[in-house]
Amino acid sequence: MALPWLSRSLSGLLMETASLNCQRNFSVSAVAAAIQKMTRVRVVDNSSLGNTPYHRPPRVIHVYTKNGVGKVGDRVLLAIKGQKKKALIVGHKMPGDRMAPRFDSNNVVLIEDNGNPTGTRIKVPVPTHLRKLEGDYSKVLAIANSFV
Amino acid sequence: MSLAFSSASHHTAVRLRLGLLKTGAVHSSLTTLPTACCGGWPPPAGSTLPCMVSKSQRFLSTSPCLRAAGNDSESPKFVPPSKPVIVDKTQTVASLRKFLSPEFIPPRQRIDPLKFSIERKDMIRRRKVLNIPEFYVGSILAVIMADPNASGKSNRFVGICIQRGGKGLGATFVLRNIINNQGVEICYELYSPRIQKIEVLKLEKRLDDNLMYLRDALPEYSTVDPEMKPVPFSPTGEVTVNKIKVRMRPKPWSKRWERPKFNIQGIRFDLSLTPEQMEHAQKWAQPWLEYDMLKEYDTSKLEEQIIKEVQQEMSK
Repeated sequence: MALPWLSRSLSGLLMETASLNCQRNFSVSAVAAAIQKMTRVRVVDNSSLGNTPYHRPPRVIHVYTKNGVGKVGDRVLLAIKGQKKKALIVGHKMPGDRMAPRFDSNNVVLIEDNGNPTGTRIKVPVPTHLRKLEGDYSKVLAIANSFV
Repeated sequence: MSLAFSSASHHTAVRLRLGLLKTGAVHSSLTTLPTACCGGWPPPAGSTLPCMVSKSQRFLSTSPCLRAAGNDSESPKFVPPSKPVIVDKTQTVASLRKFLSPEFIPPRQRIDPLKFSIERKDMIRRRKVLNIPEFYVGSILAVIMADPNASGKSNRFVGICIQRGGKGLGATFVLRNIINNQGVEICYELYSPRIQKIEVLKLEKRLDDNLMYLRDALPEYSTVDPEMKPVPFSPTGEVTVNKIKVRMRPKPWSKRWERPKFNIQGIRFDLSLTPEQMEHAQKWAQPWLEYDMLKEYDTSKLEEQIIKEVQQEMSK
């Protein structure tokens, strides 16, 4: 099957092809935690910045909450392709409330400073309780295809 | 029977079959025959009437019922239209199997059993309103939940049940599905008032009680079609056990499923692990656990008692 060093760096995460080129030989554990600094995230919209392959996966470098923990609907600052970009969390691996969906990957949508999304479509299902943020992120909800 | 009948013998034969054996009163039977042979008068269009070939002048009649219509040697050809058999699939037909939902069985604790019996009353009250069908880990369910944020106020999710946890009113079950290449799991509370409907699309069991390893398995094993039609299952008999052995993604997994504490039967370890690794995993085996008497919890009598209680309450 896959070569051992490749499988180790994959660590069972569902990442885009950008991270498949990563050949670091470090041990990673698939932790089911919320999003904080240095988490690798998956960009789920169809923006060029999120989908072009790069030798490093996009990482969170700051979470805009009182504690450093990011849940669904929080804004974060990502480091993608050597640049800083704001993003909105649309799903994480950490189990949350009952009846709320839990995703198999930490999903994030790239955003401008005023809250407008960078991409034009989100194929991945998005939790319905994001609709509460109708005022700020209504444009992000408008480009979402399916809700869970 | 041969068609060549003499009219008299044929007529008596027909009268015999119709139970109109009256000696002599042939002409009276003529008039009574139409109503006896047809379900109602006038006969419904399209139905074949038990007409006889009246070869004798005496039995000639202008009524269409008595006209010849092909072979009528056998029993009256009038077959009433078959009534449609209405099978009400929404009823809990599964109650024919003696099944007690696992959240009814109280854990072995030092809590007063009164607490559990009051909780059971509340659970039964909720079950009278919402039909919670019988299902197991590995069955495919569709849940319709009330959601103020969703369009149309309700939200339907279809998935395979990977875990049933909790006891009493806090009992939960986790459904997993893969939508647009994204794995989604939702943990539902069985007795939550937000749940509007639970339907079992496919009732089956698996080799394990906990299918959390599906997170590390290939995505084809967790994908369920959201527009799947319900597979009919019989209310009696044993539940089918799906003895599928799942192929896994390359290691590392979220948990070391090969270790004996998980006791997983449903994974094809031979494809992902070498026999040496399997033996190495057996180092974490705790063979003394099955002989530990303090961990014994025999629930058979308790289950019978609770089943009786629940069935009594539900039938009230």
